[in-house]
Amino acid sequence: MSADEVVGRLSDGMTLGIGGWGSRRKPMALVRAILRSGLRDLTVVSYGGPDIGLLAAAGRIRHLVTAFVTLDSIPLEPHFRSARESGTLERLTEYDEGMLLLGLTAAAHRLPFLPTRAGLGSDVLRVNPELRTVVSPYPDGEELVAVPALRLDAALVHLNRADRQGNGQYLGPDPYMDDLFCAAADAAYLSCERLVDTADLQKEGSPGSVLVPRWSVTGVVEAPGGAHFTSCVPDYDRDEPFQRAYAQAAADPSAWPAFEQRFLSGDEQDYRAAVADLRAEATR
Amino acid sequence: MTTTTTGADLAVSRAEYCVIACAEAWRGDGEVLAAAMGTVPTLGARLAKLTFEPDLLITDGEARLAADVPALGAAPAAVEGALPYRKHLELVAMGHRHVMMGASQLDRHGNQNISAIGDWSRPSRQLLGMRGAPGNTVNNPTSYWIPRHSTRVFVPGQVDVVSGVGYGRLNGPTGRFHDLRRIVTDLAVLDFGGEGHAVRLLSVHPGVTVDQVIAATGFPLVLPGDIASTRDPSAEELRLIREVLDPRGARDREVRG
Repeated sequence: MSADEVVGRLSDGMTLGIGGWGSRRKPMALVRAILRSGLRDLTVVSYGGPDIGLLAAAGRIRHLVTAFVTLDSIPLEPHFRSARESGTLERLTEYDEGMLLLGLTAAAHRLPFLPTRAGLGSDVLRVNPELRTVVSPYPDGEELVAVPALRLDAALVHLNRADRQGNGQYLGPDPYMDDLFCAAADAAYLSCERLVDTADLQKEGSPGSVLVPRWSVTGVVEAPGGAHFTSCVPDYDRDEPFQRAYAQAAADPSAWPAFEQRFLSGDEQDYRAAVADLRAEATR
Repeated sequence: MTTTTTGADLAVSRAEYCVIACAEAWRGDGEVLAAAMGTVPTLGARLAKLTFEPDLLITDGEARLAADVPALGAAPAAVEGALPYRKHLELVAMGHRHVMMGASQLDRHGNQNISAIGDWSRPSRQLLGMRGAPGNTVNNPTSYWIPRHSTRVFVPGQVDVVSGVGYGRLNGPTGRFHDLRRIVTDLAVLDFGGEGHAVRLLSVHPGVTVDQVIAATGFPLVLPGDIASTRDPSAEELRLIREVLDPRGARDREVRG
């Protein structure tokens, strides 16, 4: 499939899960395809990075479910900040990181909720008044937060390698929660740096590195550089100069339109050409 | 750079006192993950592991458990395991972890805010978000690192958003793993050892007065009769900080003056 074909399968108002973590292995080519489309009113579940910044700045998110939004080497995401401070983000569900993991796990396990101690005593319960607690039915009687299942209409993830059947392989140090996002979703779309034959998956990693099983994947997109400017180790690290340029433009409403025009007004090929252009400028 | 002379000609910087104070937070912890956020806490955890707390587990700052103790920013020579985020979050629930987090606001009860300044529904300043603070504080011993001790951080009232849980908010068995240990700042070391877990001044770093700490704190502190000076590093500890762990001096960019 192409990234645009993936987005063609999505519709307004859907709940989307986006894999990766912060500014790490985000399915940015798919996010850019959403930006090119008219898709809107989304509920997005994400360990947030520039995916959230870009979608929020473009007004595509109605409801965000997250524990943070960060660019990692730049702690605060400027677009997310301004969306929150200007009140343009309609609804935020702000959880603890572990709660988000449990919500995805509950959905993947087809359970209504999973209990945790995380959140008790904190303002997670105040700012999310729909959250309920349960009391252990055993003699300890402990009260716990019942994290509701985060069932997704669709998941978007980016892996290092995949085969045409949808088996996705990570070659970096961290799988993040990508397999859970896929298993929690009715349809999962996986982009990868390189499509390979199934037999070749074992050339670069162990069977355990094949993180995402084909039964949980609906469509595969070959998207080299598809996580740019976030990291996709070992294929590439985060593009720090580009991220700095992004963050500077995102923090300055007068600079953002020019950045958007230069990098986000065309298709993925145009994007890659514009990035190469910026890199050449910097080394000139 | 504020310097103090110890022994021969060893001028110890404020940042180095902070590293020592952070290392001391993990003393006696044994085989737990020292989860350090920030440069000075990372150096403290690594110094503790190299000296008095060799069983500590540390990460390479990403998803690996380091078997040796690398310099800041360097890859470990040996790896003893993997700790991707998912495993790390499981470890939070399992215990065996003492975390040292930062705080944009911290109040007299030990509530920490890293989420937002102002009204949460329309913040005047959006911060990181809750991150792992709610889970950390109900599951693990927790300490705090404040590189700029001021009344902006140590607020007079309650924090605007409770990310990390302070004392008095958990009842019965829910609070059985809640354990706030220490607050290390660029001025002093504090704990929650006062009556009713009130914040108590344990030591001031050489060159800092008790009045300075009081003035930079938005709530009253418990002041023991005898307030110590933060202990000096040994010559060997100084060598480890300067030559082994942080030869590029990243500590001085986190703590100035």
